[in-house]
Amino acid sequence: MAHVGLTHFLILSAILFSLGIYAIVVRKNAIMVMMGIELVLNSANINFIAFAHFGNYGISGQIVSLVVIILAAAEAAVALAIVLNLFKTYSHINVDEVNKLKE
Amino acid sequence: MPGSNLITLSLIILFLPLIGFITVLLFGKRFSKLYNFEIGILSANLLLTLYVAYEKLFVFANQKIAMDATWFSFGNIPGIGQLNIDLGIELTNITVMMLFVVNLISFLVHVYSTEYMKGDSRFSRYYSYLGIFTFSMLGIVLTDNFLMLYIFWELVGLSSYLLIGFWYEKDSAANAGKKAFLVNRVGDMGMWLGILILFTNYHTFKFDTIFAQIGLGHIPFGSEAWLTAAGILLFMGAVGKSAQFPLHVWLPDAMEGPTPVSALIHAATMVAAGVYMLTKIFVILSADALTVIALVGAFTSFLAASIAITQNDIKKVLAYSTVSQLGYMVMAVGVGAYTFAFFHLVTHAFFKALLFLGSGSVIHAMHHEQDMRQMGGLRKKMPITYYTFLTATLAISGIPLFSGFLSKDGLLAGTYAFGLLTGHWTVAIFGFVVAFMTAFYMFRLVIMTFHGEPRNKEKYDHAHETPKAMTIPLITLAVLSIWIWYTPNPFNPEAGWFYNKMEVKTTVVPQDMRFNFMKTEAPEHETAETEKLNSESRETVEGEKVVETERVMHSEMYEHAMHEAHLPTMIWSILLAGLGILFAYVIYQWKKISADELAKKWPWLYKFSLNKWYVDEFYDKTFIGGTLEFSRWLSIFDNKVVDGIVNGAATLTRGVSAVSGWFDTYVVDGLVNFTAFFSGVLGFGLKKIQNGKVQSYVLVVVLSLILLFVMFLPFF
Repeated sequence: MAHVGLTHFLILSAILFSLGIYAIVVRKNAIMVMMGIELVLNSANINFIAFAHFGNYGISGQIVSLVVIILAAAEAAVALAIVLNLFKTYSHINVDEVNKLKE
Repeated sequence: MPGSNLITLSLIILFLPLIGFITVLLFGKRFSKLYNFEIGILSANLLLTLYVAYEKLFVFANQKIAMDATWFSFGNIPGIGQLNIDLGIELTNITVMMLFVVNLISFLVHVYSTEYMKGDSRFSRYYSYLGIFTFSMLGIVLTDNFLMLYIFWELVGLSSYLLIGFWYEKDSAANAGKKAFLVNRVGDMGMWLGILILFTNYHTFKFDTIFAQIGLGHIPFGSEAWLTAAGILLFMGAVGKSAQFPLHVWLPDAMEGPTPVSALIHAATMVAAGVYMLTKIFVILSADALTVIALVGAFTSFLAASIAITQNDIKKVLAYSTVSQLGYMVMAVGVGAYTFAFFHLVTHAFFKALLFLGSGSVIHAMHHEQDMRQMGGLRKKMPITYYTFLTATLAISGIPLFSGFLSKDGLLAGTYAFGLLTGHWTVAIFGFVVAFMTAFYMFRLVIMTFHGEPRNKEKYDHAHETPKAMTIPLITLAVLSIWIWYTPNPFNPEAGWFYNKMEVKTTVVPQDMRFNFMKTEAPEHETAETEKLNSESRETVEGEKVVETERVMHSEMYEHAMHEAHLPTMIWSILLAGLGILFAYVIYQWKKISADELAKKWPWLYKFSLNKWYVDEFYDKTFIGGTLEFSRWLSIFDNKVVDGIVNGAATLTRGVSAVSGWFDTYVVDGLVNFTAFFSGVLGFGLKKIQNGKVQSYVLVVVLSLILLFVMFLPFF
């Protein structure tokens, strides 16, 4: 079995990040966009842990990851509230049809 | 200062008529009797003048009383010094005599006009004009400098214009007024140039200062020609005002004015202004200028007399006789007998005013008929007019015992002496011939008007003697045409007070520019005789400002020649006058010779005289026609060239503005519009980026990150 090194983790993280970004940009559904955001955050978590593990930084990577997860939970709560309001206003949650930001 | 009250009185005399003018002009319409105020002013003036004249002639006889005041100052001018323009008046014996003549005749004309102008629609206006005329004339008489002389000279021209054109409803009167004004302007222009020559050189207008400078040998521009030119140019003013050839044409036309005006202005006073001015400036006239003056005067008197012979309008005859007599006076100034010129001026003023007022009386009685051929036999109807008129006629003809004889004889003696001294007999010959002609045409006038049978029965029957307001002035003037007022000896004017009271001034031009007989041997050292005279006059001098007047004019040679000329002149002039009267009687009274046949015998001569030597026609063809033609050319020039330039400039401007407008519309506006358009396009393009969709923003962020990453990759 081939040795699993830092590079593999970084590639995994990059793939996850790209998929997350892709989801954020492409998906119409607001829930899917949020899921894209989760992917991006988690790719960052993988990076933290990978660097901490291979760089001998102890558990600081895991701790930052935990903070990120907590932040993500808070963020998800806020974002879901926004989505609910979105739905109240538009009766749908299609992000590409919401263009109030340009006003 | 002695005589300062005389100055004050003279100023009052000067300004009273002006007050009368303003008052009557402003309130004459409202108060129809206000003209009496003007007459009152004139009578007050006359009394004041009598007092001033008496004081001046018999108390301050040998002093000149003068007063100056600075009008305005130019300050200190480099190279000239203090330059002040002074106004002032001076009283000499000649001045006060003239003052008296002007005031008296003006007063008589005022009185006379109350009847003559009765019922005229602009009666008050007439009196106010008489007032301004009197004011201007008195200004000329009193002035002591050229500037005031010129100002009042022009004022006289203006009032003359107003009075000649008084009946402006008549075209002929309006035109005569314009003609007089314009013809006078020609002379005045010359006069002004003359004054400017003197002012440029001496920086003052004052007579005495200028004369004194010339006396010291400072002649204008250091050149004798300029002095002569100044003299002749000043004389041009007199040519205009005193109606000398070639500017005499206005005076006969001026007869369109009311007859009393003709008497006042065109016989007695205004036309005398030119001669009066010549007596003032006589001392600076060089021999050449005097020769010109003498010849112009002599020719004018002959020309006018030859025209007067054939005229049928009673006023025209008198007008030409006035021109002729003025020619006499000018001629006398030219030959150096300027005292006699002034003498004749005074006597002529009285008898010519009388002639005009008498003719006015006739015209009034004949209901404004002026043609002598319609008159005749008026002697019985109008005895007072007839006898006073006859007195004046005898005076102008130069019959002894009348005033005209004294002065005329004196000035003819002057021309005779001039002939003796210089050999120029032309002037004297003209003078004597004119004396004959004067007597002839004046008696022709009297006979045709008053003698014989009435030629127009209807008008004759209506004729009647004129009222007292008209006859009293006639009688007054007739009395003044008798010799006794001027001299006790009717054959010797020099024996009388009048001649002796006139100042005789020494000419001040350089010796080599004088006639031989005016040369004084030693100008610096006075001869024993003058010394004596001067010391006599000095005793009466009290103040410093008083200027002594000298009683020496000419050399003994001249006095001698005058003495020698006296007797032959007297004989000749009486003889020629008598002959003239005889001819007039033979032709018009006894009808021994028919005037018509004489005219037929020499039709050319007759027509030439009747048509006034065709001078007017000549002016019509040359000056007036020329001016009109010239103006026509100028109008063409105006229309084509000047207007062309203006229109061209306009067209050019329009062209330029069209180009400029096009540039504005397409280039400038184009740039502005392009900018706007560009911004629009840019905004339109950029607008799409900000579509309000979160995803597209994210995309931009991601792409930018990638871009940044790629850009900074080489640095890692």
